[in-house]
Amino acid sequence: MTAIDPTAHLTAEQIEELGRELDAIRDEVLAARGEQDAAYIRKVISAQRKLELASRGVLLFSIFPPAWLLGTAGLSVAKIMENMEIGHNVLHGQWDWMRDPKIHSTTWEWDHVSPSEQWKHSHNELHHTYTNVIGKDNDLGYGIMRVDEDQKWHPLHLGQPLWNLVNACFFEYGIAAYDLELGKNLHKRRRRNPEFRARAKAVGRKIRKQVLKDYVIHPLLSGPSFLTTLAATFTANLVRNIWSHSVIMCGHFPEGVQVFERRSVEGETRGQWYLRQMMGSANISGSRAMHFMTGNLSHQIEHHLFPDLPSNRYAEVAVKVRALFEKYELEYITGPLPKQVFSAWHKVFRLSLPNKKPKIKTPAREKELVAS
Amino acid sequence: MVTTPLLPSDYLDLVSPLRAGADLRGRIEAVHPETADAATLVIRPGRGWRRHTAGQYVRIGVDVDGRRLWRAYSITSPTDRQDGRITITVKAIPDGQVSNHLVHRARPGTLIRLDQPTGDFVLPHAKPAKVLYLTAGSGITPVMGMLRDTEVDDVVLVHCAPQPQDVLFRDELHGLVADKKLRLTEVHTAMDGRLDVARLGELVPDWAERETWACGPAGLLDAAEEHWTDNGVRERLRTERFRPRIVVAGDGGAVTFSTTGKTVDADGATPLLDIGEEAGVLMPSGCRMGICFGCVTPLKAGAVRDLRTGEITEAEPGVLIQTCVSAAAGPCDIER
Repeated sequence: MTAIDPTAHLTAEQIEELGRELDAIRDEVLAARGEQDAAYIRKVISAQRKLELASRGVLLFSIFPPAWLLGTAGLSVAKIMENMEIGHNVLHGQWDWMRDPKIHSTTWEWDHVSPSEQWKHSHNELHHTYTNVIGKDNDLGYGIMRVDEDQKWHPLHLGQPLWNLVNACFFEYGIAAYDLELGKNLHKRRRRNPEFRARAKAVGRKIRKQVLKDYVIHPLLSGPSFLTTLAATFTANLVRNIWSHSVIMCGHFPEGVQVFERRSVEGETRGQWYLRQMMGSANISGSRAMHFMTGNLSHQIEHHLFPDLPSNRYAEVAVKVRALFEKYELEYITGPLPKQVFSAWHKVFRLSLPNKKPKIKTPAREKELVAS
Repeated sequence: MVTTPLLPSDYLDLVSPLRAGADLRGRIEAVHPETADAATLVIRPGRGWRRHTAGQYVRIGVDVDGRRLWRAYSITSPTDRQDGRITITVKAIPDGQVSNHLVHRARPGTLIRLDQPTGDFVLPHAKPAKVLYLTAGSGITPVMGMLRDTEVDDVVLVHCAPQPQDVLFRDELHGLVADKKLRLTEVHTAMDGRLDVARLGELVPDWAERETWACGPAGLLDAAEEHWTDNGVRERLRTERFRPRIVVAGDGGAVTFSTTGKTVDADGATPLLDIGEEAGVLMPSGCRMGICFGCVTPLKAGAVRDLRTGEITEAEPGVLIQTCVSAAAGPCDIER
């Protein structure tokens, strides 16, 4: 763990008690989950589809600047809704309980170049299980960046502010490459692995379909507006990529978020797992619209505690979770989007350089050191 | 291509869920109370609906508290109904999630999922000369579908219900009696006690000569099958059951649903279909009583027990099991 363990004041018993209290919060939501939740997600899906259709319709006339602006804005919002509040959460199985085959994690496919099957594995199984465990959770810097002092520095990290910017712009491709574990699998020997080749093919097919829709068919249908529609769909994808990248950076990268050693998760209890999720995630504060547009990943802490609870419930869960943070004297990391994005980017810049020696301790940490 | 990753139908469903080519749905248009705990639902089926045969049932998928549940109900409307609507008559059973929802809370305008009508509890093409219908409780519903659809010259109905006010379609049945289209014996079990099938001859002396359709609780049907067999006329009796006959239960085990990635503990008496649905797994389902094979699913590992016979099925490549009548017999892996 980083320098000081902010959970050191908790006894093993307290940690298990914390776990039981979190289980109770979860059970309350499970008991209340019902018709209104189902109506919510159906309404969101229906609204998203109508907005996307309408925006694409308007873009058929994108040669006129007001139509371009309106259509691009609408399509950007629709694409963000599709990936964040709908896709991400459906693929988490948050709506599986409805038993509606049309809204189910095993049947859903999203507007994204990474096939949902592969994303579910790397995201749901690896990232959510091994959250912030160095060497196990590839989300920690996506394998291209160093986001904690405890990760080893390499001269390539000097370029990480640039890598991060490029990754933000083409985030969905970054995710597809990441889900394929390209870095690891491009080694000669692994490249031939039939399982990897099958997955790479699936990604290729998905990319082809996505590109064909956004950059060929829709522009062609726009006739004289071909080029402007092409620009519009490209812009909408760019906006969606940068937005989701920013939101996701805020989930685990801001200053104060903890990372964990591989051995610290061996034999982890339920309570300890909860505690790691609490200390390894950060929230974004803001309005209801803001929470909605982040797919409620602004409630990242609550999402990591209960990844399969319906997203519309995170806001009410957050009140109870925050009270537990206070009760157990833990720091609930949250802040408005600009502040959190800045904090995350600041870390990306700072850690592009090797650690200064001796390690700089913040005053608060020093005080704790003295106290202990 | 234009709509990837969705299908054009995903958009069309927004405006026209009952169109031809869509997944088969229906819209509840009216709910008419029948008795204190039963109601008839008038359903407008989607364009893909194939006309039913009198006596058949339809499986409907209803969202109860946001959760899709499937049940089978007999169709009570005649096949030649002018407006193309169908009706089902539902009796609320204690703790019945779907039946209570449909009887007490279903609202006109609600969309439900439908399957095509099915079932072989129907009249033969050649109309039999003499018919006996033997029913109890909501077992009257498929028979009502037949009575409304097909006139037979000599029909006797023996129907059991606790009290007169519990008899479904009572006014209509008495109307048929007044028109001399039906001979009816009501057995009010709360007062007269259960019908002793062995003494059916006292109510219907020529019962053994009649082609018989029986529908009701397992006790009644078991007794009927025995009685008809004992008298050597088993081939004249057709029965329709609502529940499978569960005879054997054993030890359960941990059930893994490998596609969904869930593992849950199951006892040896609960059908795997219920276990999976409870865990949020997308389980195909059908009649829920082991006859329609709508629920068959590959068994990848472990063993399951057929609740009707106690027979154990072990996993082998290509082995399919009926999840609605199979329970875990030790740890097993279901491909869902």
